[in-house]
Amino acid sequence: MNIAKLFKLETTRRKALVQGYVVPESARCVQCGVCSFNCPINIDIRQYAWKGIPVKDSHCLTCGECIARCPRGVLRFEGTSLFTPHRSDL
Amino acid sequence: MRRYVMIGSGVASIAAIEAIRSVDARGEITLIGDESHGFYSRPGLAYYLSGEITEGQLFPMDNTYFRELHIRRLHARVERIYPDQHLIRLHNGASLPYDRLLVAVGAEATRVDVPGVNLHGVVKLDKLDDARWIIKLARKARTAVVVGGGITALEIVEGLVRHGVKTHYFLRGDRYWSNVLDKTESQIVENRLCASGVTIHYHTSLQEIIGKGDRVVGVRTQDGRAIRCDLVGIAIGIRPRIELAELSGLCVDRGVQVSETMQSSASDIFAAGDVAQVFDPFTGKSVVDSLWGPAREQGYAAGLNMAGITTPYYKLIAFNVTRLADLTTTIIGTVGRGDDQDVIGIVRGDSETWRQLPDAIAVQSNFEINRLRIQLGQKTLLGAIIMGDQTLSMPLHQMIAEQADITPIRQQLVQPDAPLVDILADFWSVWRARRALATQ
Repeated sequence: MNIAKLFKLETTRRKALVQGYVVPESARCVQCGVCSFNCPINIDIRQYAWKGIPVKDSHCLTCGECIARCPRGVLRFEGTSLFTPHRSDL
Repeated sequence: MRRYVMIGSGVASIAAIEAIRSVDARGEITLIGDESHGFYSRPGLAYYLSGEITEGQLFPMDNTYFRELHIRRLHARVERIYPDQHLIRLHNGASLPYDRLLVAVGAEATRVDVPGVNLHGVVKLDKLDDARWIIKLARKARTAVVVGGGITALEIVEGLVRHGVKTHYFLRGDRYWSNVLDKTESQIVENRLCASGVTIHYHTSLQEIIGKGDRVVGVRTQDGRAIRCDLVGIAIGIRPRIELAELSGLCVDRGVQVSETMQSSASDIFAAGDVAQVFDPFTGKSVVDSLWGPAREQGYAAGLNMAGITTPYYKLIAFNVTRLADLTTTIIGTVGRGDDQDVIGIVRGDSETWRQLPDAIAVQSNFEINRLRIQLGQKTLLGAIIMGDQTLSMPLHQMIAEQADITPIRQQLVQPDAPLVDILADFWSVWRARRALATQ
């Protein structure tokens, strides 16, 4: 793989990281802790689920491990418009 | 300064404390639990048993959290409430005054009345100590027999299988959880259990648990068969722990009866969670649940009312997401009726509402492992069971809870081989957009 391709890949990855959150659906959560247990960087995901807020920890890799492991389908990945460039920025 | 006392350390009490603290920073709060472990995720016991999490993960809140709430925690058993004197008596004879009291003592496993039930090796899955005990026994056990129905029985079965224990599962009838699941759904679960090595015995009930000394060595069935085993798991249902309320003169039926502000028949005493019997506007009946979500909502409403903020609790549609034989399953609304021979009353993760199905049409879509069944009323969806792929889970939950008028798609849904998923997904997009516009 040449440098340009590698750079493009890295850019895509970083874009994905900043353009979305892991979002909980609190009504489904029973605080079992499977999500927190499987987070590779030890973010306590279930605290976000308890509070019903997106996982806004800046360390979150959005790797999807918590989403895949949750036995009750509490978590999903949701895009955010926070980092979408506005027309005036282009 | 108001004195609040919470009896029970489950999610209803924790939610009530959070609600009180949101409006009353100075009140004195005492949390009394008869388990030494404090607040933990009871539904999480299934995942602890199956080895998916460690014991430490069962505790969502650490000590800092409780310190910040400024509460006093007591490990004690409450023996009696004196409503007239606003006093409770503990097991050690001590008395504690209260201004507002919450009874959130939950439910406990129903006992089976068969010879041998007190032998070493007979287990239930009610609390953390039970899960610890099962894990300890499972490390040495070779064969187990499980009786009962609903979610808890399967949690024990699956936990034992994960520990390499050869497991026999007894069903009194011809299928699993017959008053919530339909035949196909039961069969899906049973097939998956068999594939994981479980031996299911239909039309089989326990006559006797055989012991040698004080240990389990086998069971005898009512048709005379003997099966050797080291462990017997029992999960035939739960019953709200109403004894304390009953003894103290509160109005009880199957649970502690509460008003829409979660208040019991005695002034200043509230009840929430598995022990409370709450009016369900969807069925018009007063029901008991054993669901985490409603327990938390009831606790929160009770807490606000205890703090003097009048807040009616409107029971939402009964809903749970669980795992049946490793298959994620969402149950919403009314989906079944009748009796299940394996269960007395309800089980954990269960709602009486699910069995209040009026005359309705069932339509279903079947795939290899995914399945969708919806119950159609005249104009609305009454309930749904979604097994496997959960894409439609949230949309169906919303449409059932908000009683969406499905008249435009009803005819399409009842057609043979109708593509249910597509029809519902399309309808939901339009319905959601209209709802958003209407609320703007």
